[in-house]
Amino acid sequence: MPVLIRIARTLRRTLLQAVPTILGIVILNFFLLQLAPGDAADVLAGEAGSATEESVAALRARFGLDSPVLEQLATYLGNLAQFSLGFSPRYGMPVADLIAQRLPGTLTLMAVALLIAILLGVILGSLMATFAGRIPDRLLSVFSLLFYSIPSFWIGLMLIVLFSVKLGWLPSGGAGTIGSQLKGFPALLDKARYMVLPATSLALFYVAIYARLTRAAMLEVKNQDFVRTAYAKGLTPFGVTARHILRNALIPITTMAGMHIGGMLGGAVVVETVYSWPGLGRLAFEAVMGRDFTVLLGILLLSSLLVIIANAAVDLVHAWLDPRIGAR
Amino acid sequence: MAPLLQVENLTIGFPRAEPVRDLSFEVSAGETLAIVGESGSGKSLTALALMQLLPRTARVTSGRIVFDDRDLLGLDAREMRQLRGREIAMIFQEPMTSLNPVMSIGWQIGEVLKVHEKLSGRAARERAIELLRLVRIPAAEKRVDDYPHQLSGGMRQRVMIAMAVACRPKLLIADEPTTALDVTIQAQVLDLLDTLRRELQMAVVLITHDLGVVAQWADKVVVMYAGRKVEQALPGDLFNDPLHPYTRGLLSASPRLKSDFHYLSGRLTEIPGSIVSAAGEAGCPFRPRCRQARASCGHQVPPLIAQTPERLVACPFTSSLKAVPDAASLSL
Repeated sequence: MPVLIRIARTLRRTLLQAVPTILGIVILNFFLLQLAPGDAADVLAGEAGSATEESVAALRARFGLDSPVLEQLATYLGNLAQFSLGFSPRYGMPVADLIAQRLPGTLTLMAVALLIAILLGVILGSLMATFAGRIPDRLLSVFSLLFYSIPSFWIGLMLIVLFSVKLGWLPSGGAGTIGSQLKGFPALLDKARYMVLPATSLALFYVAIYARLTRAAMLEVKNQDFVRTAYAKGLTPFGVTARHILRNALIPITTMAGMHIGGMLGGAVVVETVYSWPGLGRLAFEAVMGRDFTVLLGILLLSSLLVIIANAAVDLVHAWLDPRIGAR
Repeated sequence: MAPLLQVENLTIGFPRAEPVRDLSFEVSAGETLAIVGESGSGKSLTALALMQLLPRTARVTSGRIVFDDRDLLGLDAREMRQLRGREIAMIFQEPMTSLNPVMSIGWQIGEVLKVHEKLSGRAARERAIELLRLVRIPAAEKRVDDYPHQLSGGMRQRVMIAMAVACRPKLLIADEPTTALDVTIQAQVLDLLDTLRRELQMAVVLITHDLGVVAQWADKVVVMYAGRKVEQALPGDLFNDPLHPYTRGLLSASPRLKSDFHYLSGRLTEIPGSIVSAAGEAGCPFRPRCRQARASCGHQVPPLIAQTPERLVACPFTSSLKAVPDAASLSL
């Protein structure tokens, strides 16, 4: 019961803090985007190729792009107050619908990538810590340095070259076989095949971070007195590592993972573009190119929400991992 | 009857030093042996060697550790693990950091029972509650789910003791169990250890630098200096008639309630110098700090001389020392 109360209290506090934060983010982003040259009407007109002064002015008037900046902001905030994200001039549909279409794709991609990153990172980091200073540690250190420094678009392209072009094992892009009538488990398997490469290229950078972090945290915990106590109980080295060292070492890793959720969204832009994955990242990219600021603002708003939720989740995981934290 | 634990000529080496040299002692079943000495004398390393938990860079370079007719140094890792926590248990100096902060104390006590007695989770928890009662923790059934940070230092040390005696070990090694505790709690914890020793018929190796602890709770005392045993005696003999100059120095450096000595009536004496001076000493390790040192002390390490079967001392000049007026004033 006290656990539930603690969770409820954490959530309430998070919610209260979230409102001003999100408002600030929206307003700041709104002005930042105004600084960019051009607007959606320019791009639309440019793409049409045959636009006249009058038709562009008409477009502006239709989407409210000709009103003063502050009035546009007031309209946008007014829409937000009614839980509406506005209307996209480019796609000709409400932004909320647009995002709802793309959000699941990005969320699955991020969740799978984060899961791969944490699992693989913790396993590799544990191995590195176990063999600290010896050859397996050195080798893995080199690999983690490589993954850390190679940009994800290049890794993405190389993975496509190897696994799609040379070996032909995995599809090079998209989110599912087009026109397939698969249902149930085969459909899931089909989706999973399309997920492997994008999730891997998104994850590798974070695998490197978590591996190094796990290694450092475990080496630190390893020298603490309670680890000696655990050995004195007659536990096996594996038992000591799994039950006593790892759990303590996970605390800094969850902190980092929470902070990375926001960064991963940024990484998803690149990876989704490379793999033509229909997700939020690519939508954001297209919105920037089309100067479709309502869509972009909607995505930024949603990302900040996502980060806030992720932080709250990390707080809860912390309280579960470390009983000393819950006492706030 | 053979003693429970027999340590013979134990030498522990680091790559550049030998912190324990040629150490021998015996512990009979149910007996409390106190090992005393200042920081750096090799007490804690000796304890860790008994558990085969020496730091990675240290190793036993020679000697034997025979426990219950088994040579511990000859056991493989698996056999040693089965001994640890079940037949030989250990409690450590720092109860604050010796418990895992993220697990409940009940779980940590239960873990040792799960490992050695293959108890189920629920049975282990029940036994953990019993053990908490055994170490006199009030409201044990509530406390069992507490985490270490919710307990005081004395309580944590009790939890450590509960964990150590969970499988009724034959030998309990207590490495400065009360150093980190309040004086009032110290006596409680040591009394508890002594009661459990009698109830569970354990032998105890009590490592301490507190001579008051030795006087009250030990059956036998080994005094160590710079990795060597310099004196061994029954506590009464040691306090009434310390033989080795180092033991005399130790005793005169600690205040004693029984005598009419009071710190206001004069300074406590001290042993000049530091234990570091023993490094590289070819002869008696105590020579650089000894007031009675003679030229011959630097030639070789003085052998242990048995005055009686229980009384050993590593100084050839003990009888003549008593004539020295300076030394006489030490036996307060």
